[in-house]
Amino acid sequence: MSATILVFAECRDGEFKRSSHEAIGVARRIADACGGSVGVVVLGARAAAAGASLAAHGADRVLACNDETLDLYQGQAYAATLAAVVDQESAELMIVAASAMGKDVAARLAARLESALACDLTEIDWTPEGGLRGTRPVYSGKALASVSVPGGTRTVATLRPNTFPLPAVDAGRQVTIETIACALDTTTLRVRTVRVEIPEKQELDVAEASIIVSGGRGLKEAANFSLVRELADVLGGAVGASRAVVDAGWIPHAHQVGQTGKVVSPQLYIACGISGAIQHLAGMSTSGTIVAINKDPEASIFKVANYGIVGDLFEILPALTKAVRAHMS
Amino acid sequence: MKFLVCIKHVPDTETKVAVHADGKRLDPQAVTQWGASPYDEYALEQALRFREAASEGDVVVVCAGPQACKTTLRTALATGADRAILIDDDRLEAAESLTRAKVLAAVIARQQPDIVLLGKYGVGTDEGSTAPMLAELMDWPHVAAISSLTLDGQSFTASRAVEGAVEIHEGTLPAVFSCDKGLNDPRLPSLRGIMQSKKKPLETLTPGELGLADDELDGSKLSWDAFALPPARPSGRLIEGDPETAARELVRLLHEEAKVL
Repeated sequence: MSATILVFAECRDGEFKRSSHEAIGVARRIADACGGSVGVVVLGARAAAAGASLAAHGADRVLACNDETLDLYQGQAYAATLAAVVDQESAELMIVAASAMGKDVAARLAARLESALACDLTEIDWTPEGGLRGTRPVYSGKALASVSVPGGTRTVATLRPNTFPLPAVDAGRQVTIETIACALDTTTLRVRTVRVEIPEKQELDVAEASIIVSGGRGLKEAANFSLVRELADVLGGAVGASRAVVDAGWIPHAHQVGQTGKVVSPQLYIACGISGAIQHLAGMSTSGTIVAINKDPEASIFKVANYGIVGDLFEILPALTKAVRAHMS
Repeated sequence: MKFLVCIKHVPDTETKVAVHADGKRLDPQAVTQWGASPYDEYALEQALRFREAASEGDVVVVCAGPQACKTTLRTALATGADRAILIDDDRLEAAESLTRAKVLAAVIARQQPDIVLLGKYGVGTDEGSTAPMLAELMDWPHVAAISSLTLDGQSFTASRAVEGAVEIHEGTLPAVFSCDKGLNDPRLPSLRGIMQSKKKPLETLTPGELGLADDELDGSKLSWDAFALPPARPSGRLIEGDPETAARELVRLLHEEAKVL
């Protein structure tokens, strides 16, 4: 059965996120398997110009809404426009990266379409009957659920970022660019994203980092986070934290890894002075390689670690920063 | 001003999740403690603060699920909510997001609050779908995962953290907001609050009384077919030696064996 697989690609200042490229890669795989095509929806003033680059990543068509009022995320208008495209294309599947924006618009879209919503998938397959089969973590990764949607049911699926491979880039691919209209009069919106503030000193977000160095109670006080930060800096990684130290006000919540923070899956996770409470383990135990540094040899964090060092982190962290620096040079 | 706070009744985050012997669901026996999803506490706190700042207002808490949700609602009443509504149906606990959102939207339509607040996601499904879905069903504005919210008459300004940046949203009420950690510092129920909560109204409604048909509750489009625990991690290795030696050995292993450096 030939199908149009749609992808919503998140575009900011003419650039696409890695997770949008991942979503296009997944759509390409499904389309190739079922003889379908990949249509990518791009919204914003520079949609068509930016969308042209998506051919190389696997798009057959770009459906561009060149509307400057959609440069920033406007949930109502985004969902209405995506719903109109799904209807127009009679698409069975709309794939969206589970970013902050993607999760938001996907839920609004699913409600508007009365479709199935499969969230945060870490595996996705399309059945010969045109249904979806997938895997998604629940309870922040404490368990994995197999989910399915029967064939013939419209489905919105969100994909966990940094989980799917980037598609091979083929510069020779062709794409057709089609213009679509915004489905709502954006002057009538009752809520509007008026601006996006980007902090001056932009820190790498733990949700997007491939290396994370995290600190916990073992650091003894807020000022000692500098030891974690120095190691993260030489590794080009992000700074993470346990819930205990976030609650203690040592570091902002944006850094918290675990069940009431962010669930992360970097290639390398280094836990420093973190005992490994169940809520923390839920948020990081799918990391590629885990290193634990803790003075307590009985700490739970060692049960998930590939490499452990039992000892005083005030001695080990500076030594490790030095050793990494020596390795890099 | 009227506030409606939607609360999800979930296993405590300390819970060690186990899979039921049939493999098709999680084992409820493994859950010893239930309560409000942690993010819902920020939602309730925000409603209480607005009510206190205005010296008037009505804070209604709503939960959709089995009778056991009543304890969670009583805790919210003890914390300061004025009254509670339970949408009593065992099927709602595992129902898909859109079904739950429809039930809550029916409550909103009846109660006509100015502001709906909820946690940024319910622990378990971890989706964060309810706020956007409610807003779409009601044709209201919403802002999800807010880290600040200020009101000025019928106007609001809210901010939310997105990857590496902060979005500022402006709009008008009525509206739906889901709340992130950091929005406020939630209070605990006081002894006096606990005593008072026993006299506060707790209304029980069925989905049928809200006008929802049985097939809407049973007809899930997405099915949860099986559950499994994540694969166990391979056992690790301890690196011995003084700090300098151990650090150098770790870097060597990360480079040569794990190939991550």
